[in-house]
Amino acid sequence: MAVTPQTVEELTRAEPRRAGWIGAVLDFIRQRPLGAIGGGIILVMVAVAATAGLLAPYNPLENDYAAMLSAPNRDHWLGTDAHGRDVLTRILYGSRTALMVGLGASLIGAVFGALIGVGSAYFGGRVDLVVQRIMDVFFAFPVIILALAVVAILGTGVGNVILAIATPMVPRCARVVRSSALAVREMPYVDAARAAGFGHRRIILRHMLPNVMAPLLIMATAFLGEAILLESSLSFLGLGVQEPTAAWGLMLRGAAVEFAESAPWMAIFPGLAISLAVFGFNLLGDSLRDALDPRLRTQ
Amino acid sequence: MATLLDVRDLKTTFLTSSGVVRAVDGVSWDIEEGETVALVGESGCGKSVSALSVMRLVDEPAGRIESGEIVYKGRDLLKLSEEQMRHVRGREIGMIFQEPMTSLNPVLSIGRQLTEGLEIHMGMKPPEARSRAVEMLAMVGIPDPERRLGQYPHHFSGGMRQRMMIAMALACNPSLILADEPTTALDVTIQAQILELMRDLARRLGVAMLIITHNLGVVARYADRVNVMYAGRIIEQASATELYANPRHPYTLGLLRSVPRLDEPRRARLDPIEGQPPDLTRLPEGCAFAPRCAYRVERCGEVPSLVALGAGHRSACWEAERLVKELAA
Repeated sequence: MAVTPQTVEELTRAEPRRAGWIGAVLDFIRQRPLGAIGGGIILVMVAVAATAGLLAPYNPLENDYAAMLSAPNRDHWLGTDAHGRDVLTRILYGSRTALMVGLGASLIGAVFGALIGVGSAYFGGRVDLVVQRIMDVFFAFPVIILALAVVAILGTGVGNVILAIATPMVPRCARVVRSSALAVREMPYVDAARAAGFGHRRIILRHMLPNVMAPLLIMATAFLGEAILLESSLSFLGLGVQEPTAAWGLMLRGAAVEFAESAPWMAIFPGLAISLAVFGFNLLGDSLRDALDPRLRTQ
Repeated sequence: MATLLDVRDLKTTFLTSSGVVRAVDGVSWDIEEGETVALVGESGCGKSVSALSVMRLVDEPAGRIESGEIVYKGRDLLKLSEEQMRHVRGREIGMIFQEPMTSLNPVLSIGRQLTEGLEIHMGMKPPEARSRAVEMLAMVGIPDPERRLGQYPHHFSGGMRQRMMIAMALACNPSLILADEPTTALDVTIQAQILELMRDLARRLGVAMLIITHNLGVVARYADRVNVMYAGRIIEQASATELYANPRHPYTLGLLRSVPRLDEPRRARLDPIEGQPPDLTRLPEGCAFAPRCAYRVERCGEVPSLVALGAGHRSACWEAERLVKELAA
């Protein structure tokens, strides 16, 4: 079949592979617009968290007793809560808590989950059996119950909430990573690494771990959204971040419930913030999975 | 020359659901310094397991080295600690695997995979290891080695990957290379190149080499001495030339006759060995080859031991003498 110059031109135009880091980002935006939207939401959230002090019109802890429970107006765009604190300000500052807990928990969960998963697959046999049964014990508890139990033991506060949320993530991450690592374990290059005289730790960390990065990254991104949701749940139950820290889940409890009918803005806006953040992370996570999973890659 | 590696009465077994497999059943062989020795046999005869046993890389707990000695430079490798063994692997004994496509880590650069061993075993600093890596790549005939260091295995063809494996195996100046079917996965034209390269480098660097193969053509051209394995045992040992000229075991004879030859008329029939290799969980009493053997006699119900039949030639067959006479006739 003869190829007309036009077709060639079209073909070259169809897949312009951009070089470099910026090129990869541009390609991602073009090929996965939904993921780009998710990424955009997260970028805005990060920017807001970083510049909350400049953006926020008020001090998040400052009470304006003259304007308690005021509906959204020119001074308080999203209204005030029962203590006269500006809702917009507290939402902006709350993004810091959400990001800190989300990133912290998914980082800890992913790191420990990956180490346990790869180690378990590498050593196999009895080690694998014992480790996996321990993971099964953790799986027996619903996520929120496990997180509640950890908070009950360690107490409240941001650091402990991060640990509490990371705890149920570790076994889930470990299981996914292990299944990928089992396939990697059977690859001749792992035997080759042993034949080259490398130690167990080096083989696990330098040779196997990079080969399971794709599923690990996907898990970690999915965890981010979930961690933010879980943090809100814990705070809502009074077992998470404590007053007067600005946290989205915290804004939904107490007075927000009491005045839900007369002052709905107290609950609606932080609720929207939670939904938007989780939505953003989930969109990005899904697109990352599609982009990184070679089986789903269309090439 | 001095003996470099002396394997004595090695027994390696695997526990499987269908019973104990005696993959290597009382095998003895040795390699002298700078020598190339071949281990020949069909799939599943225990040749790869022999090499893995030397490296102590038999997968535990299913696989186990039951007994024997593996004396390398006067030390029994089976008595070393795991830590000591780690300094033998890669540093003293290098290994080349069958599958060049999957024996290199896809996420690590060529340079990293070459320098890692140098940094660990030779204590080299990164720049030093890098220049050694360039040197090694050039030595195995990879053009433009500087640029190649930054590439990844998927940029390399099969032949180039096997060259890379050879470079990795030789990087730390080992005294011995174990090559497990080094060319089986390659194109025929590339096979010859790789084998020539291995022989040249082994001679130039004075490295001893164990070539594991099922290809008798490889043995004839590249090995000094040959061990023929069948069902976990060595059934014949001889120098390569002697083995071809005077096979003293019916199995070896069968192997030689089943090789297609271009220099014979096309109509000449191949003479395959009848039957299948035995199930290693249910080995017959006595000689394992007896059920397939044309020279079978009553005495084959007893296991024949390797008997010396002249200079360096040993065969495990009761009827070796008859075989010689019939072949001469």
